[in-house]
Amino acid sequence: MSLDRRSFLGLGAVAFAGVAITPGLRLIELVQARSPEEAASTLKRWGLLIDTSRCTDCEVCVTACHTENGITGHGRPATDAQWIRKVTLSDKRTGHAQTLPLLCQHCEHPPCVDVCPTGASFKRADGIVLVDKHTCIGCRYCVMACPYGARSFIHETVTGQKPDVPRGKGTVESCTLCVHRIDRDEQPACVEACTADGGKAMVFGDLNDSAANLHQRLRREPTIQLRADLALNTGVRYQGL
Amino acid sequence: MKSTRDKPSRAIGATVILLIMAGLAAVAASPQAGAAPPVIRIEKPGQCVEPTAVMRRDHMKLILHQRDQTMLRGIRTNKHSLKNCIDCHASPKTNSVLGKEGFCESCHTYAAVQMDCFECHSPSPRAPASANKPVATRTGVASEAARRAAMAAPAAATRGRGAAP
Repeated sequence: MSLDRRSFLGLGAVAFAGVAITPGLRLIELVQARSPEEAASTLKRWGLLIDTSRCTDCEVCVTACHTENGITGHGRPATDAQWIRKVTLSDKRTGHAQTLPLLCQHCEHPPCVDVCPTGASFKRADGIVLVDKHTCIGCRYCVMACPYGARSFIHETVTGQKPDVPRGKGTVESCTLCVHRIDRDEQPACVEACTADGGKAMVFGDLNDSAANLHQRLRREPTIQLRADLALNTGVRYQGL
Repeated sequence: MKSTRDKPSRAIGATVILLIMAGLAAVAASPQAGAAPPVIRIEKPGQCVEPTAVMRRDHMKLILHQRDQTMLRGIRTNKHSLKNCIDCHASPKTNSVLGKEGFCESCHTYAAVQMDCFECHSPSPRAPASANKPVATRTGVASEAARRAAMAAPAAATRGRGAAP
């Protein structure tokens, strides 16, 4: 079968239209999606951008995190687990107030990993900082070392855990960036909820992928790391603070 | 003298023999009388992920190896994962592998081997055990594909990580 000039140009126009109307579709990402047999790779570094100017008074991200990870409290805020919390910052002079979600910043050089005596606190190849509760002895050094207060110790027996999120008494835990969701190529629950029902203030992606929306935002717009003076190179970045 | 000594010693000997026999009988009868043998109820008949003899002896080695692969390296193959064990072996009645007749607990209680898995891990399957149809897909491939398909459906709207909102 041979194509004449007219139909060749017609096909070309269709292909061009297809490329033009689907700018969000990137075939390379589909190729890169990790299979369950494949280990996490250092080629990726998962990160998050939080635009505080779009962050509203809602607690959608916190609720979504609790639902996804099966976090239930005992009505004791001093000791209940906290993976993500809403923090309000206000300027004493002007009264200007801002609200933002604070969670594990998934540092490149995490102090919690440095101080852990058993190696339970570790950074996965793709930059997610986790606690291996099988080796955690509950010493809480990491709780003290974390400059963001992101870690919680579990004081009481936990029941009704989610199959994907094991949690137990006597260990330390923090935001896992919903690692079980990332491993099946989904976004963290907080980001998904913020995009669907909140102020669309969170962008999740691979900090190393120059084609990703997150990378482009970080390149174009001014963002900060919390406590940048500590040179921890956090994976979570803030904008508008 | 001799005859008077013999009589009580014979009686004592007979008593000792009787007592030993009674003791042996009691020992022989004790497995039935003491701990009941474990209830091993296979909810989904078919081949497990490994031959039964391997699973009986080495299931902990398999789970332990998979645990470190998943936790440290993010490898989440279904075959030797604890979640896959629970999905198949949870009782539809209790929706759990624990309980008096639960697949894990009944045997571990009998063998007096403490298992700490369920201090943190959920003893319930990802989908309710009663909802699962007894399909013998033990290779893990078919069930994994089904699970992924089910996961993908509600999340389809929010896929395309990193794309413009």
